[in-house]
Amino acid sequence: MTAPLLQAPLLQAERLTRWYDQHCAVRDVSFALRKGQVLGFLGPNGAGKSTTMQMLAGVLAPSAGRITVGEYDLLDQPEAAKSLIGYLPEQPPVYPELNVDEYLDFCAALRRVPRKQVRVRRDDAKTRCGLEAHGRRIIGNLSKGFQQRVGIAQAIVHQPAIVILDEPTVGLDPIQIREIRALISELGREHAVILSTHILPEVQSVCTDVQVIHRGALVFADTVAALATRAGGSALLIELRNPPPADALAALAGATGVDALGAGRFRLLGQPDAVAVASAAVHGGWGLAELGRERSTLEQLFVELTSSDERAGDEKGDGDKPAAATEAA
Amino acid sequence: MRAFTIAARELRAMFLSPLAWVIAAVLTLVLAWLFLAQLQFHLEYQGQMGGQAPSAGVTARVAVAVLSTAGFIMLWIVPVLAMRLIAEERARGTLTLLLASPATLTEIVLGKFLGLYALLALMLGAFVLMPLSLALGTTLDWGHLGAATLGVLLALGAYAAIGLWCSSLTRSPTIAAVTAIGLMLLLYLFDVAGQLRSEATEAARWISLSTHGASFNEGRFSTTDVAYYLIMMLTFLTLTVRRLDADRLPH
Repeated sequence: MTAPLLQAPLLQAERLTRWYDQHCAVRDVSFALRKGQVLGFLGPNGAGKSTTMQMLAGVLAPSAGRITVGEYDLLDQPEAAKSLIGYLPEQPPVYPELNVDEYLDFCAALRRVPRKQVRVRRDDAKTRCGLEAHGRRIIGNLSKGFQQRVGIAQAIVHQPAIVILDEPTVGLDPIQIREIRALISELGREHAVILSTHILPEVQSVCTDVQVIHRGALVFADTVAALATRAGGSALLIELRNPPPADALAALAGATGVDALGAGRFRLLGQPDAVAVASAAVHGGWGLAELGRERSTLEQLFVELTSSDERAGDEKGDGDKPAAATEAA
Repeated sequence: MRAFTIAARELRAMFLSPLAWVIAAVLTLVLAWLFLAQLQFHLEYQGQMGGQAPSAGVTARVAVAVLSTAGFIMLWIVPVLAMRLIAEERARGTLTLLLASPATLTEIVLGKFLGLYALLALMLGAFVLMPLSLALGTTLDWGHLGAATLGVLLALGAYAAIGLWCSSLTRSPTIAAVTAIGLMLLLYLFDVAGQLRSEATEAARWISLSTHGASFNEGRFSTTDVAYYLIMMLTFLTLTVRRLDADRLPH
C-alpha cells in the first residue's frame, strides 16, 4: 500500500470537532484518505463514529475544522464536494413505496447524473450489488439484507470518488455479511472507502487502514498490514497447571519473550512453535490445559485503547488521553 | 433543477399512497353535493324572479360558492396532505439522502412545496370541472370564475407552505398535521381582533388568511391580495429552509 501515498488525498479532515450543546461528540479528529484505501473506522457505541460520518457526508456541519473533498471545501462548495461522495447512513435511506429502479433513478438524478447515463449507471450499480433481478421489486417488500444492498447501490450509483458506509453489515445474516464484505473490498479498488463498524474481524478482512475513535478523539491510526506485523501476529496463549519458571518458557523454540498473565496463563511472544511447546509441556509435566494462537491483535489493541481509559476517563475527565493518540499520515 | 426531481418523486409518492386518493374522492363527493344543492337553489330562485335570463347570477351563486367552499375545506385538508413531507422523511431516515446529495436546502424545500402544490392544483382542477359543466347549458362569466379559481389556487399555496413548515418542525406526521391545523385556524380567525377600527386591528385584518379571498370571489384581481399570498408562501418556505439548516448546524 505504498502507491496510494503518492497521490493527493481524496478526502482530508482537519481538526474536526462537533459539539451537541455541552457534549463534545467529536474532538480534533484529523485524517486523510486516498484512492485505493479502505479505511475502517472503529469505536465502541457512542464513540462519535456516526457523527464523524455525518460530517464527512455534509449532513452535519462541524463546530470547528475543515473537510476537503477532492479540490473542494465541503463547507464552502458543498454542491461540488457532495457530488464526489456516496453515503450510506446507519439506516438505509430508502423509500419503501418505490421500486428499486425508480429509487436508483431518483438518486442518480439527485446527484446530477446526466439523463442519458442514468440507465447505464443504475444497471451498473445493480449488477455490483447483486440486484439485477430485483429492479421491479418494491423496496418495502425486500428483506433487510436486500434493502442494505439497495442502500449501497444508492451510494455508488453516481460513481463517487469516495464512499462512506456507516455500519454496512449491521442486522445482516452471516452469508449476507460475507457478500457485502466482498462488495466493499471490490469498491476499494475504484473508490476510496470509509467504513465505520464495531466488528473487528470486518476491519481485518476488508480494510487496508484502521482508525480507532474513542470518546470523540482519534486514539489510534495505522495500516492493517502494519498491525498484523506489529506483534508478529502469531503469539501463543497457553495455560499450565504446573508452570515452570518463566525463563524456561522463554527458552522454547521460536519464542522471544513471555508475558505472565496470572493464574497459570502465559503469552509466548515471537514465533513460538506450537508442537515444540506441547511436547515440552508433556515432558516437563507442566499440565498443559490450553494452547492456542492469540486470536486477534486488533481486538487486544481495541480493548486496551477503549476500556482502560474508560475507567481513567470517568475519574479524571476527558483531558487525560493515553499516549497512543495519533495523527494520521 | 433538482427541485423538480424532488417534486416529481413527492407527487409520485402521494399518488402511490391511498391518502391522496381517499381525500380527493371524499372532497369531490362533498363538493358535488354542494354543487347540486346550489344549482337547485339557483333554479328555484330563477323561477320566482321571472323575466331574468337564466344565466344571471349563475356564476356567483353556483360556481363561486362551490369554489370558495372548496377553499375553506382545504384549510383542514392541506395539513393532512403536507404532514408527511418532511416529518416522515426524518422518521424514516430518508431525509439524510436529500441532505447528503448536492441539492441545496432551498432546492429540497422548493421541491417538496412544488410536489404538494402540483397535487393541490390537480385537485382544484377536478373541482373546477363541476362549475365548468354549466357552460354546456348556460353562459358563464369567465372573468369572475377565473378570478375565483386563482384566489383559491393562491390560498392553497399559502396553506401548503404553512403545512410544509409545520412538517419540518417534528418527526411525527400527526403532530405536524395538528400543529398546521391549529396555526392555520389561528391565522384564519386572526381578523376577529379587527372588529374595532384602529391601526393594530387593521394589521390583524391584513395578516388574517380569511380576508384576502373576498376580492377574488367578487371577480376582482387585487394585487394586494396576490402579494399577501405570495408573501405568506415566501415567509414559510424561508422558515422551512432555516429550520432544516438549524438541524445541520451545531448549537
